[in-house]
Amino acid sequence: MTAQEVRLCGLLLQEHFGEVVEKVGTHLLKSGAQNLRTIIHETGLSVDLVKKSLCVLVQHGATTFSSGRKGLGSPTEYHTSCDRILRILRYPRYIYTAKTLYGDTGELIIEELLQRGHTTMSSTVKTVADRLTQNMAEGRTMDYTEVSSTFSKLVETHFLQRCPPLPGVGNKDSSAPIETPATPGTPAAPVNTAPPTPESFPECYKVPSVTLIGRGKRQLASEDGEEQRSAKRAKMDPETHGDEGIYWQVNFERFHLHFRDQTIISAVANKLDQTSSEIVRTMLRMSEVTTSPMATCTKPLSANEIFRSLPPSYNILRPILDQYLTLLVDDPMEFVGKAGESGGGMFVVNLHRALANLARATLESVVQERFGSRSARIFRLLLRKRHLEQKQVEDFAMIPAKEAKDMLYTLLSQNLVQLQEIPKTPDYAPSRTFYLYTVNQLPTARMLLQNCYKTVANLIERRLFETKESKRLLEKSQRIEAILASLQASGAEPEQLTEVEEMITAPEKQQLDTLRLHINKLDSAENQVDETIFLLESYINSTNASS
Amino acid sequence: MASTMAGKGRGVGAFTFNIDALGIGRGNMPEARVGPSPLFPSTDFKPVPLKAGEDEDYMLALKQEMRGTMQRLPYNIKPQSNKAGEEGGELANKDDPEKSDEETEKKPRNEDEEEIEEEEYEEEDIEEENDYIESYFDNGEDFAADSDDNMDGEATY
Repeated sequence: MTAQEVRLCGLLLQEHFGEVVEKVGTHLLKSGAQNLRTIIHETGLSVDLVKKSLCVLVQHGATTFSSGRKGLGSPTEYHTSCDRILRILRYPRYIYTAKTLYGDTGELIIEELLQRGHTTMSSTVKTVADRLTQNMAEGRTMDYTEVSSTFSKLVETHFLQRCPPLPGVGNKDSSAPIETPATPGTPAAPVNTAPPTPESFPECYKVPSVTLIGRGKRQLASEDGEEQRSAKRAKMDPETHGDEGIYWQVNFERFHLHFRDQTIISAVANKLDQTSSEIVRTMLRMSEVTTSPMATCTKPLSANEIFRSLPPSYNILRPILDQYLTLLVDDPMEFVGKAGESGGGMFVVNLHRALANLARATLESVVQERFGSRSARIFRLLLRKRHLEQKQVEDFAMIPAKEAKDMLYTLLSQNLVQLQEIPKTPDYAPSRTFYLYTVNQLPTARMLLQNCYKTVANLIERRLFETKESKRLLEKSQRIEAILASLQASGAEPEQLTEVEEMITAPEKQQLDTLRLHINKLDSAENQVDETIFLLESYINSTNASS
Repeated sequence: MASTMAGKGRGVGAFTFNIDALGIGRGNMPEARVGPSPLFPSTDFKPVPLKAGEDEDYMLALKQEMRGTMQRLPYNIKPQSNKAGEEGGELANKDDPEKSDEETEKKPRNEDEEEIEEEEYEEEDIEEENDYIESYFDNGEDFAADSDDNMDGEATY
């Protein structure tokens, strides 16, 4: 992990889990796997705090534990990696996607699971039902079965998965894994070096048979008797639902596949037209279950099959479909490829090629926005032609020599373009050496990805700075809001309310508005940089898979 | 480069070495500094504005809500002021120069003024952004308050 990744992870941990967890997490990120005693000694925190922090990190999947490197009997070691922590940036996107696919119920289920890390189905269903009931009209409540069915749908489509059972109970060769809740600190039996993926366990996507009968409870603050009763019931609630010990987590990889598909579809819609994107959407939908996550392209689909599977609202004629498919195959973005002639033509969606081309478009766009369209022209030229001499760059790009030289040197200093020396003589004499400019897409993408991490970290720091600067004002406005709320609840006169409102002066209100605007901008920017991060990460990971 | 000062009126701009050998001319010299570097580098092109729309607004709201909620969940661990269990942390602190702020300041503070709340206390010191302990410095607050009490004991000049 790079310094930028560690810095960003530290900020994310701090914002969501506090300074203590941040300290432990950052320490583990920098130092690699360590056992409990070493962590305590090196962070200087108390045993209690370190244990709690480790629990939180394990609960949220950021840290895994395994038996020590020295073999049986050596203390458990904890290992933290950046990837899972960086996912925190994408939480809003996961929740919003769940909303678009499964409505408010799906949205709240995913939100609960993201906030709690690992939970059981029964507790999630109950909490979500309560929350939904809260927002419903007076007298209406949400039934548990409805929430359960949405939960099951999320599991069936693999958006949720069971947490892998822990090593230590039985040997690692057992075919029927025993489900145990996450309890860090239990001595572990020797395991393989690579932690088992959740999908390596056969019951990963099996919904347990739970008995969940009931409806959501509305929190009624005004009725004290009922509040006491429900509070008492929560404490003494020994209801078991048949799924104790079965914990669920969000399957981020499945969401990422969905995002990837969405990105390809919207790219087709932007570049070509709506109908083309619907065709690609249909192809991807048909290939959802037959395509493995790391596949280079989808399984071939015949034009006949595609025609039959198009949504009913798109009644285009068969020859038109063929024309669209030809158009898609010929497009330089190479989203769709032709894999054969049977069945009216066999077509595939080139997943890896599409990702690479989308990443390339991102790089080009970055160069264009930072250095201008002529520099972008040079950059695109080098991407296409691989190696060019300075003179050739000037000629092909049709840019005067002096300016072309300037732009090339600027791109070179920013490491977006590299210089390749090809000597004619063994002594590398400058006059007898070819100097070729070149762009390597993969290393450049990695570099930009690191820039993105740095950008998000800077955005977070700036937001914290802005909040700190106006801390007193923010606290004052929060106090006044609280006073207003309590006055309104107890039925105060309008004059009293205006009097309290006037405690904030007009310039202060303006300052607060400006602050709110800045914070919203910075937050929104974080979300949007994460879209670029996702694209670049997907591209880089796809090259790992195929190599 | 002592070039400009060594001139003393005779060829003030003369260099002490042969400039041509380096292959650079007089015109390629970097500009003389007129002040400190600017805080932010100047950019030729302004950044593209953020996307704005329903989706973006909704995700913004989700993000801010999520942050607020997670800060209130029990997973957000606050640094406590553990008076009794300070020993373990204290011993570790002696060896380790990099201590967390709350650890160093907690011990002397807890002995002196226990009624001051943890948050307020941390706030003060974080505001200062240094390691100095607030109570060691006299900020003059006690001056006016005490002067009335000790009038008869102190001489006035």
